[in-house]
Amino acid sequence: MYDINRKGESGLLRFITAGSVDDGKSTLIGRMLFDSKNLQIDQLSAVEASSRKRGMKEVDLSLITDGLLAEREQGITIDVAYRYFSTPARKFIVGDSPGHVQYTRNMVTAASSADLVVILIDAESGVKSQTRRHLYLARWVGVSHVVFAINKMDKVQFSEEVYQNVTKECFGIAESIGYSNLHSIPVSALAGDNITARGDQMDWYAGPTLLEYLEHAPSAHDSTGLPFRFSVQRVMRLNRDNVQENSGFDGADLRGYQGLVVSGSVSLGDEIVVDPGGYRVKVARILNASGDCVKSVFTQESVTLFLDQDIDVSRGALFHDVTDPAERRDEFNAELCWFDERPLDLHRSYLMKHACSATRIRLKSIHQLIDMETLEPTQNHSTMRMNEIGQVSLRAQNIISFDSFERNQGTGAFILIDEVTNRTIAAGTIQ
Amino acid sequence: MMSAVLSDIEMSQSKRTKWTHLDALESEAIYILREVAAECENPALLFSGGKDSAVVLHLGLKAFFPQKIPFTLLHIDTEHNYPEVIDFRDSVVKKNNLNLVVRSVGDSIKQGRVHLRHELEPRNKYQTITLLDAISEHNFDVCIGGARRDEEKARAKERIFSFRDEFGQWDPKNQRPEIWNLYNTRVAAGENVRVFPISNWTELDVWEYIQREAIDLPSIYFAHQRDVVVKDNLLVPVTPLTPAHKSDQISRMSVRFRTVGDITCTAPVESSATDIEEIILETAQTQITERGATRLDDQASEAAMELRKKEGYF
Repeated sequence: MYDINRKGESGLLRFITAGSVDDGKSTLIGRMLFDSKNLQIDQLSAVEASSRKRGMKEVDLSLITDGLLAEREQGITIDVAYRYFSTPARKFIVGDSPGHVQYTRNMVTAASSADLVVILIDAESGVKSQTRRHLYLARWVGVSHVVFAINKMDKVQFSEEVYQNVTKECFGIAESIGYSNLHSIPVSALAGDNITARGDQMDWYAGPTLLEYLEHAPSAHDSTGLPFRFSVQRVMRLNRDNVQENSGFDGADLRGYQGLVVSGSVSLGDEIVVDPGGYRVKVARILNASGDCVKSVFTQESVTLFLDQDIDVSRGALFHDVTDPAERRDEFNAELCWFDERPLDLHRSYLMKHACSATRIRLKSIHQLIDMETLEPTQNHSTMRMNEIGQVSLRAQNIISFDSFERNQGTGAFILIDEVTNRTIAAGTIQ
Repeated sequence: MMSAVLSDIEMSQSKRTKWTHLDALESEAIYILREVAAECENPALLFSGGKDSAVVLHLGLKAFFPQKIPFTLLHIDTEHNYPEVIDFRDSVVKKNNLNLVVRSVGDSIKQGRVHLRHELEPRNKYQTITLLDAISEHNFDVCIGGARRDEEKARAKERIFSFRDEFGQWDPKNQRPEIWNLYNTRVAAGENVRVFPISNWTELDVWEYIQREAIDLPSIYFAHQRDVVVKDNLLVPVTPLTPAHKSDQISRMSVRFRTVGDITCTAPVESSATDIEEIILETAQTQITERGATRLDDQASEAAMELRKKEGYF
């Protein structure tokens, strides 16, 4: 049970489980929740009843997260399930993501908000192509910390040699993809070894259990140290008719800019750049989330900024640091992952949502796609199909202000929307 | 141009004070609400007077301060409510000068849109019909709700911006990808998005936030004396809508509600918590989930919520 007197000591950790089909992702989460006493009585009895109904002798822990009828019917995970649990040391949000290739976009959805990814590996069969795909995609979407849970150790007689070999293979791939923080733990999700308790089958392993490791893992990339970026989410025009009563703003004819501090911080009187336009203005007033006037606001805060000059600012404008500004271009390269059943059409334009701006873009060329079996690039492509990922060039209708994704996730990420179907068809990271 | 208001405000120091998980959850919810206001034509905020919708409304008041909330409030009323909840709903609307639309399942019954199997049948699932009718009557393109992923296993699967087709239906096998915080709010005419700004909050987070922000709630959330009948481990309150049978044994107990909904299918829990601090302690120690302890309708089948959601439920 989470100790409310110690809340927030090591912060919230968001992680996901990923890996190939049947490597035991849902069972692992079920086991972790069960063993750490984070399953409530009614949830457990519901899972027991469902297991019985399906003719199983033992409780099927995967039913805890596989909540949809179609998932239970087929015994697979279709979409990510989020679970919220805690130990005396920490609060966690875990996303149980699907392993099947056809649901890759759901795995990407889960990974995009994670601090860390736990990749499940079947010790008997080792790394599979879907394992590589998930590793690659999690890194691409911004995760740099991976833990390999080498699972089903019971099927390889808890052999240290097998564990070492599989770990070596995993680390080799993860390093080549660019993970900076790697770890591996031998586990049996089914039996519970090294999930929350050690078990007595693997005396040769001296490291932490998976839960112990997660309790002490660093949480998200901190964007406090990055230069100031603020994307205008909404222009707030105050007048006599639309102010809240007793707000202290009655009758004021003002324009404020609402949005999220994407990175860094800003203080009253700071000079900033406003794009499009490149205006140099000063911050005249700052309201924090509670509506209090404050001197400074920091990354992650939802705030309202007022400027000292009346200039043309619409939704999607970027406020940024004078000394370390964002890049401005209408042509750029990106790594793109295609989600839609309908393949990329180089002759069409698509809508790009980047921070709070929406701009029409065209794909100019596809430089290379990544082969998920080998992680090697392949050339000469004229389209991208569902679940493919690769390097592309884009041209935007207008000049956009951005940073590379590697430098600043908030100003380096975008999604593409098909304006005909309104579907989210791709996501990209600017290079 | 700022001088009018600057004189009487307090400046905070320039170093960041502690950033807590509640601050992060609040900022995420405000971002979501502002995204709706900026991109959508005609959003409704679902407000029932329950604790989760009270939190969402509070977040809305903060998100647009000092501007008024740019949403219509919508209550789909089962007419099976505790009077304390309706009184609370109306007092909040009056206090904040909000625009509330109420559409009732009772009216849907009169119009022949809803057919009950018996007079006192729980009306929860029939709210779907009233809701979809209200959406098309007012052309709402968005309905903002207070559902949380920790409540229920189908909700645990749902996106923050959850797309509904022209029949109001959720297709859990084909949800839009939702990457980073880049939300796709686009819909065609007649379609709809349900938006859940407190998706990532737990029951405990909600109570800790209510405490921090001093948010008002209906009195039945706090421990009070009530006549109940114990049935299948649930406490069924004795009310005109849920009268005791001759064979029932009525007990007077100290109880509180963890959720408020249709009287005929919402049960209170035994509790002595008369203030928020005590509720937080009970919430942190409970061994049974919010809906498991209180909802009679979710226990009808393994996938009751998923099936309701597919039909267009909240």
